[in-house]
Amino acid sequence: MNQLSSTTDTTPPVVVDTARQQLATEIRATLGDAVLDIYIKPGDDIWVRVRTETWREIHQKLRDTLGFNYFSFLSAIDWMPSPYGRGEDDPTEPPPVRDTTIRSGYAGGDTRMQVFARLVSSERRLGVTLKADVADNAPSIESIANVFAGANWHEREAHEMFGIGFIGHPDLRNLYLPVDFEGYPLRKDFPLLARMVKPWPGIVDVEPLPGGAASDDEASA
Amino acid sequence: MTMTSDRLGDRQKLSYIAGQAADARVNLELETEGMTLNIGPQHPATHGTLRIIARLDGEQVVWAEPSCGYMHRGYEKLTEVRTYPQVTTLVNRIDWLGSFANEVPFILAAEKLMGVEAPSRAQWIRTILFELSRIANVSLFLGDLGVQLGAITPVFLAFRDREYVLNLIESATGGRFHPNFDRIGGLKDDLPAGFIDETKAVMKKLRNFCDEIEALLFGNEIFQSRTRGIGIIPRDVALQYGLSGANLRASGVDWDLRRDQDNAMAWNKINFKVWTHPDGDSFARCWVRLQETREATLIVDQLLDGIPSGPVMAKVPKIIKVPEGEAWVSTENPLGEMGYYVVSRGDLGPFRVKIRSASFNNISITPWLLRGVYVPDIITILASLYFILGDIDR
Repeated sequence: MNQLSSTTDTTPPVVVDTARQQLATEIRATLGDAVLDIYIKPGDDIWVRVRTETWREIHQKLRDTLGFNYFSFLSAIDWMPSPYGRGEDDPTEPPPVRDTTIRSGYAGGDTRMQVFARLVSSERRLGVTLKADVADNAPSIESIANVFAGANWHEREAHEMFGIGFIGHPDLRNLYLPVDFEGYPLRKDFPLLARMVKPWPGIVDVEPLPGGAASDDEASA
Repeated sequence: MTMTSDRLGDRQKLSYIAGQAADARVNLELETEGMTLNIGPQHPATHGTLRIIARLDGEQVVWAEPSCGYMHRGYEKLTEVRTYPQVTTLVNRIDWLGSFANEVPFILAAEKLMGVEAPSRAQWIRTILFELSRIANVSLFLGDLGVQLGAITPVFLAFRDREYVLNLIESATGGRFHPNFDRIGGLKDDLPAGFIDETKAVMKKLRNFCDEIEALLFGNEIFQSRTRGIGIIPRDVALQYGLSGANLRASGVDWDLRRDQDNAMAWNKINFKVWTHPDGDSFARCWVRLQETREATLIVDQLLDGIPSGPVMAKVPKIIKVPEGEAWVSTENPLGEMGYYVVSRGDLGPFRVKIRSASFNNISITPWLLRGVYVPDIITILASLYFILGDIDR
């Protein structure tokens, strides 16, 4: 039962997922050339990457034609590995050079950032993860808030956290951040300042006692 | 004759017009410009620091908008600098009343990416603790509900009986609120001696508590008149907004991830009823939660009877590296659908974690739902939607 796959060579048992295969053909038939790529992990999930300009239209079609009536979430992802790493560098050493080549996930991608959303069909009892590329400079995509009302807040969150514009959104105010906040916190090139100011304990074996000379500097962390 | 009648008619007309004018003047004098009411950030009904800004016309809400972010802790960013086992400590604190339930979907997602499955005993114990945290969470809701309507007694009953459940969770995990008990590949430990008998006794007490609340509160005339027909969410709107949990089921949608999804948990090995209500009003939401709490005690009883023997931990390496991939796992948490979209790059920690919390969607309906309701109903509607601030702000 407790099989443990090695990290490089994954040979999953051959599972035929007829329900998702069937869904994939239906999605291709309904959405036509709006679909760029479909990736199926048998018994797990289905990922569909669509053309950016068809984003709103395909949500409408999936809802009205294929019965995906439940909106689960919408968010974005920045595929560029963080230039700051995990904030565990020894502060006395010069920072290492990091590989920041962009690699996309399932169903591919051509841009640094992608928007993804998840819809569920309560009749089929299947979900689908939809992805769309957004341009690197001035990323924007059509809003789906008038297809699924619940997307309203999710788009506001993606807007403030990733700096993605949602065309046609009724009210793109910040949801969490203060009005005058600068930067997009969930982008990978936004440093996690708490980690920058004070390195994660564990790098240094012995921490100075509180009240020592160094503790004043760390008070701001 | 005709002259007089005409004159009378004129006089009547004139007096009518004069009366109208006077009314209009009075209306003009009485007309308010609309008042903006701030509820929170600190209000007993907000379960934390949710602030609601409502524009009122008299007693009626014209426009309302929750203002979030007073408790945003940036968990999605923090997960990117943590290792997988460290993330459970963070996610414990999302819905702090049902902490154990937050760990499970994340661990399941990591296990899915690693191709590991917890041994069946671990799965059963996970499910038991999951349901116990549901009972601890929702029983507090049932007590708190009364407070919002001016009934003080239920909350004392809730705190009394929740303590039994918390003691059980503590005896098994060592933590009352933040167990951090789940490990990738299983659990930290087996159940302590005597846990099964004690849990069965507590479940009986909790069923009594449910009966008590049902008699005290749900049968109460004031409670009914304050919640029935108020804050109605139709089925389609609920689906569109992505409501989940009891809020969705109270709108007549028969959808429960425990039954409708295949997770590596023990729910599909037992029998339970998924409660729904056709009304979609505040009463329905409260009622469904009450039935679910009672059902959860029955689920725990069944699980305790069928718990298999064996190890509680699969073979996993000491240092956990998760292979590259993407996984989405969601479970039916006390507040609704909670899921994690985990992206891994074959590293010690996740590349990106999207936390889909139930309260975020559940509360995003409030601008639509609160429009047109009366001020006192804001409180009951919010209470019936049931949110935890940590679950909105993450």
